[in-house]
Amino acid sequence: MAETIAPIANDLAVKSRSVRRTIVEMAHRAHCGHVGSALSTVDILSVLYHSFLRIDPTQPQWADRDRFILSKGHGCTALYATLAQRGFFPVAELETFLRDGTLFAGHPSARHVPGVELSTGSLGHGINVGIGMALAGKRGEKNYRTVVLVSDGECDEGSTWEAALTAGFWKLNKLIVIVDYNKIQSFGRVADIMELEPFAAKWTTFNWHVQEINGHDHAEIARALSKATEETQRPSVIIAHTIKGKGVSFMEDTVDWHYWPPSDDQKAKAFSELCD
Amino acid sequence: MRTTFVKTLEAIAAKDQNIMLLTGDLGFTVLENFRDTYPKQYLNAGVAEQNMIGVAAGLALCGKRVFVYSIIPFVTFRCLEQIRNDLCYHRLPVCIVGVGAGYSYGHQGATHHAMEDISIMRSLSGMTVVCPGDPVETECAVRTIATHDGPCYLRLGKAGEPRLHTSVPDFHLGKAILMQEGTEATLIATSTMLETAVKVTKILAEKGMLIRLLSMPTVKPIDTDAIRAAAIDTPFLVTLEEHSPIGGLGSAVAEVLSVHDIRTRHLLISGPSMFTDTIGSTAFLRRQAGLDEESVREKILHFKK
Ligand SMILES: Cc1ncc(C[n+]2csc(CCOP(=O)(O)OP(=O)(O)O)c2C)c(N)n1
Repeated sequence: MAETIAPIANDLAVKSRSVRRTIVEMAHRAHCGHVGSALSTVDILSVLYHSFLRIDPTQPQWADRDRFILSKGHGCTALYATLAQRGFFPVAELETFLRDGTLFAGHPSARHVPGVELSTGSLGHGINVGIGMALAGKRGEKNYRTVVLVSDGECDEGSTWEAALTAGFWKLNKLIVIVDYNKIQSFGRVADIMELEPFAAKWTTFNWHVQEINGHDHAEIARALSKATEETQRPSVIIAHTIKGKGVSFMEDTVDWHYWPPSDDQKAKAFSELCD
Repeated sequence: MRTTFVKTLEAIAAKDQNIMLLTGDLGFTVLENFRDTYPKQYLNAGVAEQNMIGVAAGLALCGKRVFVYSIIPFVTFRCLEQIRNDLCYHRLPVCIVGVGAGYSYGHQGATHHAMEDISIMRSLSGMTVVCPGDPVETECAVRTIATHDGPCYLRLGKAGEPRLHTSVPDFHLGKAILMQEGTEATLIATSTMLETAVKVTKILAEKGMLIRLLSMPTVKPIDTDAIRAAAIDTPFLVTLEEHSPIGGLGSAVAEVLSVHDIRTRHLLISGPSMFTDTIGSTAFLRRQAGLDEESVREKILHFKK
């Protein structure tokens, strides 16, 4: 096990840094925010797209593919960069991000971007739709898994807890929810705005298989995903402790970097921290 | 508009401790001063809009006047039944403040656009729908709403809208504001399209076509008298809104014409009733929708023939 994970982790570190550079680059070029939101998900997406999800970039609509939903749509630059890296479209296409006529909006559109399963941007929709996908798989005796990445802010929404109740009751064991638990939401810290703790216990009582991990440790993420797939009775939630803005020192753990676009200097500084 | 909104509300809240502001976890660089100056009158209700409307209803049932703030789709569509039952059915003095009228959120995409909100809010029993066209109207609207009994929807643009009124107009809920007198047509505009309407009116005047320009900040109740007068005084009406053609300002005006059997010609200019196919800036999307100055001017000139 350890032997197979080590080289993957090394490669993923390089891939994740590259995605982080692309994120900063896109935000800088388009002069837009949500950089911190995207950076906190990069390691999770890297493991998902490079070592977990059974997908085929040449056939984004392949019927038996694993489904992935980025429920926190505002973090879409991380998804775009990862999809590009995985071969869904050329990285160069991301230069059009937010330009008039682009395919790449500030929230991902399934109508426009190959590999995007669900158009998101309004929080608290992803798990509910994921349940439908998982249920279709179960009824159709398919083997695919459905993975939904949500933010901690989204866990304020009632719809999230309706979904939690439903998936637990329906025993959707092929549904995996990952919470990007970076402890910051839009207008402050989770602990000040809408405390989620005891968080793991909430999911447990809703009949989910619960794991808590470091959401920036590729090996841990991979292990948690693999463990989640062993479940035969319950949906799985992976509470990934993360750092908003991860990878760029001055962006880490701040509310501000939910909003600011990086200046020329800030981009250069970020790149110097993200070089291989 | 959102800055004007919060500055005005701060001034009111300073004098009236019954005023409360609830936000759905939004307000960076906008609500900090309110939050820090009037902590007892402020609440961040988290990313939980349905709950927030219910909480606002409870506060209002206990004597508070509540303003509830978020981006339009999240504070209207998301929590529609709470608005209908908890606020409208109980006739509570809660104002839903939505930011991002029409395509204001541009390249953020369709989830953030608001092209159906006037229609949906207008259809709710007892709901007053106010769509200011500039910061001056926004200030007047907030002051008026703060003394208004019953639920209200305040549709704001985003940031940086220019002042279009040179002086403070005589502002009343349910009343149009005459911005320019003219005889060859009446252009009625609301919300984010007022700026375009002002420019088009000016361009047409330069071409020798003098039209009456009415700003219609209240779409419900609509100003029947102003519409009737316009139909009598000028040969045709044009309505202009950054909204779907279904149920917005144009519909409201058409309803008045139809219900009161007022005979005139009416050109309804709006965006399309569909999600945008293309992604882009606010200006780009408005152009695509035929809501830029040139398209609006051409449509009016063509209709005149
Ligand atoms: C239903 C809904 N309400 C409000 C918003 C506006 N909004 C965008 S991001 C955000 C919260 C950001 O915090 P979080 O969800 O925890 O994401 P992260 O910290 O990972 O960026 C909010 C309130 C939204 N997109 N959808």
